[in-house]
Amino acid sequence: MDSLATVIVAMLAGSLRVSTPFLFVSLGECLTEKSGRINLGNEGALVLGAMVAYATSYETGSPWCGVLAAAFAGLLLGGLHGAICSMTRINDVAMGIAFMLAGTGIAFFFGKPYVQPSAPLLPGIPFGFWLESPRFANALMVSPLFILGVAAAFALHWFFRTTRMGLRIRIVGDSQDAALALGLPINRTRLLATGCGSALAGIGGAFLSLCYPGSWNEGLSSGQGLMAVALVVFARWNPINCVYASLLFGAAGALGPSLQTVGFTWGYYLFYAAPYVVTLVVLIITAKGGQSLRGMPGQLSIGR
Amino acid sequence: MTDAVIATTPPTVATGGGDALYPIRHLLEALVAPMLALAVAASLFSVFLLALGQSPLDFVDLVWRGAFGSWFSWQNTLQRAAPLLLTALCVALPGQLGLVIIGGEAAVVLGGLAATLIALPVAGAGPFIVLPLMALAGSAMGGLWIGLTGWLRARLGVNETIASLVLAYIGMAIFNHLVEGPFRDPASLNKPSTYGIGDGNMLGAIPVLEVHPGIPVGIIVCIACWVLVFRSSAGFAGRVTGGNLRAARLQGLPVSALMIASCVLGGACAGLAGTIEVAAEYGRANASLAAGYGYTGILIAFLARFNPIAILPMAVLLGGLGAAGGLLQRRMGLPDATVQVLQGMIFVSILASETFYGRIRWFQPRGNG
Repeated sequence: MDSLATVIVAMLAGSLRVSTPFLFVSLGECLTEKSGRINLGNEGALVLGAMVAYATSYETGSPWCGVLAAAFAGLLLGGLHGAICSMTRINDVAMGIAFMLAGTGIAFFFGKPYVQPSAPLLPGIPFGFWLESPRFANALMVSPLFILGVAAAFALHWFFRTTRMGLRIRIVGDSQDAALALGLPINRTRLLATGCGSALAGIGGAFLSLCYPGSWNEGLSSGQGLMAVALVVFARWNPINCVYASLLFGAAGALGPSLQTVGFTWGYYLFYAAPYVVTLVVLIITAKGGQSLRGMPGQLSIGR
Repeated sequence: MTDAVIATTPPTVATGGGDALYPIRHLLEALVAPMLALAVAASLFSVFLLALGQSPLDFVDLVWRGAFGSWFSWQNTLQRAAPLLLTALCVALPGQLGLVIIGGEAAVVLGGLAATLIALPVAGAGPFIVLPLMALAGSAMGGLWIGLTGWLRARLGVNETIASLVLAYIGMAIFNHLVEGPFRDPASLNKPSTYGIGDGNMLGAIPVLEVHPGIPVGIIVCIACWVLVFRSSAGFAGRVTGGNLRAARLQGLPVSALMIASCVLGGACAGLAGTIEVAAEYGRANASLAAGYGYTGILIAFLARFNPIAILPMAVLLGGLGAAGGLLQRRMGLPDATVQVLQGMIFVSILASETFYGRIRWFQPRGNG
């Protein structure tokens, strides 16, 4: 009984930690895809963001400066992707893979000197201060970035539903013909959405290096930036659903390590694959014979 | 407005009637655009190096010496190029049908694992029985794995790019589980591995030239795939599917079967790459198999614009860049990620050069006779 409680607490704590980078990247990817483009380069923005955040935090001593710098680095990388994809005949999926390679390459290149030193990390907010058991209290140590991410999800939802700019992004993403007829600046809108989306992905990277695991090395990301694409499909392009989907992915990712805490080590790698299996099942369920998915932006190249 | 269609080479039969020189200009366009893109990437990278206070000329000199300067460095280059020839085909063959498959890495490691596992019980039977069995098992496993992606795409309409990627992570997890669990050799402490296939069953280097045995295999497979794509009716049907899916359906082409077949073939190539790595390099399956060949293969396939023959020089070029990495690190003090930065710049500019096609009037068909 006690071991079951341990597993559940470890999973809860783990899913809050593991889900935050998923949350930020999926919100960024959601914003980009709503405008009708797909950016696999968010994986590059995530890794670059992690490196820049860690380096900035080390140099300036302020982790929040690091978060800002990470967002800016993501903005630059995503902006470049958006600008190049504005030209005709460019495949945004392939270009995303190229930016993934370029972003991680630049991060590894400049991040080499920062693998050893330890930078100041973002402190967590102790929501469990009233609990007696230090184990439970530790589990409720929530990073401010997680709260920021949930707030961003609600803000993005409100943005799409009620603001003029949000409506424009949805039009551009759903029907290029309608956008042309309305005289909307299609490429500029997509450029903006891609840039801001990658900025969010960069903040997700900052969480990896400044909160959890809280260090910088080349194996920091396990493909969260790419998984986000599937996560957005799962969330049906709804920012609020992105929160639930991230928590689910986080819980699946925390399953293996939490079972390990009670000495259950069989199939550690198989449990590690749990989020990917969830993704695949979701993809198959939602595909339905090649028809475009409910809620999917009409101009998205993965839908055609 | 289909700005997200992968540009494959249009069928050369569709030339304007009265324009005899068009095929030559078309070929010229296909050569000029990537050369221009490579030049742009090279100058961007030079600026990058200059900003860091390094000399681009030293860089070129070192890459030349590290990759192609001596027979020893050529061997090093070809050793890296050998698996890349096959993993690039894993992207290029489905790419001819307009599918973007990016999960070749899992086909490499699972192919290598399947080849090792089938060799273990029959290891005493001698290399002439063991090696063909390994090749069969490895390519079957790789074909199955990528074929699954093709099946999901063709029958259920699951996006193949995301599915192949997710399956790559699942495949890596299965590989790690099997290598560190049921099939682990207890003697392998630091680096969990399976039992070895035995030294007698290893694939030796080509005699006299001392070249990696994967090179002749890769060249033969690339040429065979070129014939299949550009000189067979099945290949033509595949290229029609890649050019215009709706037209292919209207013509009654078996689109689903073509998609699945191209994925199975591509996966089989990647599985064969894993098999050769096991048989020629490691002698057993372990984490060394996941050296990123599957991911570099994506870059090569796009550089070659999915043409199996063009994969040959591109794989040697990228293999050479990888081989020079160590020398760059020692002589110029550049981190090993330098090569990745350069690869990223080349990849971005090559893909961006797609916009060049059809823009310059001089290259286009003239007259309408």
